Amino acid sequence: MTTTPEPDDFLEIGGTRLQSRLFVGTGKFGDDALIPAVCEASGAQVITMALRRVDLDAGPANLMGHIPAHMVRLPNTSGARTADEAVRIARLARAMGCGHWIKIEVVADSRHLLPDGYATARATETLAREGFVVLPYMNPDLYVARSLADAGAAAVMPLGAPIGTNRGLRTREMIAVLIEDLDLPVIVDAGIGRPSQACEAMEMGAAACLVNTAIATAADPVGMARAFGRAVAAGREAFLSGPGAVRARASASSPLTGFLGQDGGRAPQEVAP
Amino acid sequence: MSFAPACAALHDGETARAIETADEAAVLRALDAPAPGPHDLAALLSPAAAAHLEALARRAHETTVRHFGRTIQLFTPLYLSNHCTNGCVYCGFNSANRIPRAQLTPPQALEEGRAIAATGLRQLLLLTGEAPARAGTDYIAACARLLRPLFPSLAVEVHALSEDDYRVLVRAGVDGMTMFQETYDRTLYATLHPRGPKRDYAWRLDAPQRACRAGMRTVNIGALLGLAPWRLEVFATAMHARHLQRHHPGVDLAISLPRMRPHAGAWQPAHPLTDSDLVQAMTALRLFLPQAGITISTRESPTLRDNLVPLGVTRMSAGVSTAVGGHTGGEAGTGQFEISDPRGVQDMCAALRRRGYQPVFKDWEPLADAAPGAA
Repeated sequence: MTTTPEPDDFLEIGGTRLQSRLFVGTGKFGDDALIPAVCEASGAQVITMALRRVDLDAGPANLMGHIPAHMVRLPNTSGARTADEAVRIARLARAMGCGHWIKIEVVADSRHLLPDGYATARATETLAREGFVVLPYMNPDLYVARSLADAGAAAVMPLGAPIGTNRGLRTREMIAVLIEDLDLPVIVDAGIGRPSQACEAMEMGAAACLVNTAIATAADPVGMARAFGRAVAAGREAFLSGPGAVRARASASSPLTGFLGQDGGRAPQEVAP
Repeated sequence: MSFAPACAALHDGETARAIETADEAAVLRALDAPAPGPHDLAALLSPAAAAHLEALARRAHETTVRHFGRTIQLFTPLYLSNHCTNGCVYCGFNSANRIPRAQLTPPQALEEGRAIAATGLRQLLLLTGEAPARAGTDYIAACARLLRPLFPSLAVEVHALSEDDYRVLVRAGVDGMTMFQETYDRTLYATLHPRGPKRDYAWRLDAPQRACRAGMRTVNIGALLGLAPWRLEVFATAMHARHLQRHHPGVDLAISLPRMRPHAGAWQPAHPLTDSDLVQAMTALRLFLPQAGITISTRESPTLRDNLVPLGVTRMSAGVSTAVGGHTGGEAGTGQFEISDPRGVQDMCAALRRRGYQPVFKDWEPLADAAPGAA
């Protein structure tokens, strides 16, 4: 199986070692009963859920009841419009038994659903201080990313394209900057519509991908979850294997300077008079 | 900034002509537009677009599934009072109609709320007629405070209030506001609302904006379809929504498409919509406002509602009674309008699941109990 990860390749976040680099979500499913099969098929070990949809009093309809016990729960602050709301939602999530990981989403624009980097940084600082493992959803902006790192984020989660658009890695160049510059794991979140796009993000050196819409709204969510699991693993393996550097122009496969050899060629010999 | 000047400009005849005369090429361009603008919306609402209804429906479906998934939010209305001082010629609560009038006390409202919550619903819409002396802001706030613990999402559909009054309701736990302009045509509005405080068109038109400023999380607007030619009404509704989004980007905007039904006053709509008209209106709105909620009420039949689900709907009511006290069999008054879909919550859920859609009951977690510092 090509999906078998390298035994010594793991992603460590908040003291937890993850073998799978695909995170999945619980939103948008036609039936939450699909969630266990999606988790299994994808191999994912982390799952995010909107706290606003969690209803512990709902009995069998409670979303949390569909999440397999082995999954790391990553509640998110979907619906928060300010740093304060995100902080309150995170505290409620912990009080409700959803663990101490939190994905911060602060979105105060209901048309474009783009995250507010300033408010996200403020919420990150507060929650990291309170012992949360904070994974902030963000625009891929280097300055915001540095602020988040300084605020105590455990990773950053830049968007590949506006959420729910399935448009792929539109922010590719900016994500590449984050990967190059940050010491934190960069987890590409939002916008990934196809397994090939997740694979591309992993080849670039992303630490992980979070995929929800593309799986939940597929004709066969379980099949799509499996495909994403394989694509993420393949992209990771390609990254570790050192894919050939991409050049803007074609380069001749028989280089013009090949005659020089690896040692740079011989030094001129002294010629006898 | 008020929507009034822009709304008045929409009624100068140019917009109606643009909608009526859009040709097929404009419709095809609009269907292909990545982010349809007002010109595209006019084309999508045009008579020429009717021939492309299937293509519109497919795009609306794809857009809705991408943004909302296969989920439908469920809510129900709770009629607190049908006392009314207005004379809206089309409404069952019209003060001239001799119908039994009733108003729940706040404890009675709580009883109704308990009966509703027992069905699993977690989103409630409180309604009153316009009789502020009996059912004013303090009364509505008192009911809201009692009902809040049962309903994480609590909205009001009441008369147009001041910004301060909306703030009172927000503090009482109300987080959503619904306000139908009825018609955006100011001249027609005057003839349909001959007496009572609702005569003030401008006060009503800016009520959603006051609610946004007061801190409501969701604002739901709409026109009562059938009062005026629908294409321009839907265009004006969409532009009103866009105006609110631009000025209050943090507020979730939703649009209702209430189509007029017969009622106790035997008033009939002058510009009735066919089912195809309704589908065109909904799908055009979805393409223009991909992130907006769209609500379909129980004015529509079960069969039609079920068929509309994949076309852009995000919110539906279930287990509806439009009569005061209708959930506990108490002091039942006459309903505001006749409902066509009497299905209870379980039946609605079963119908949604048969279509591959998940009913969503809860969509917000009240934060009052998680005050800063309460780790």
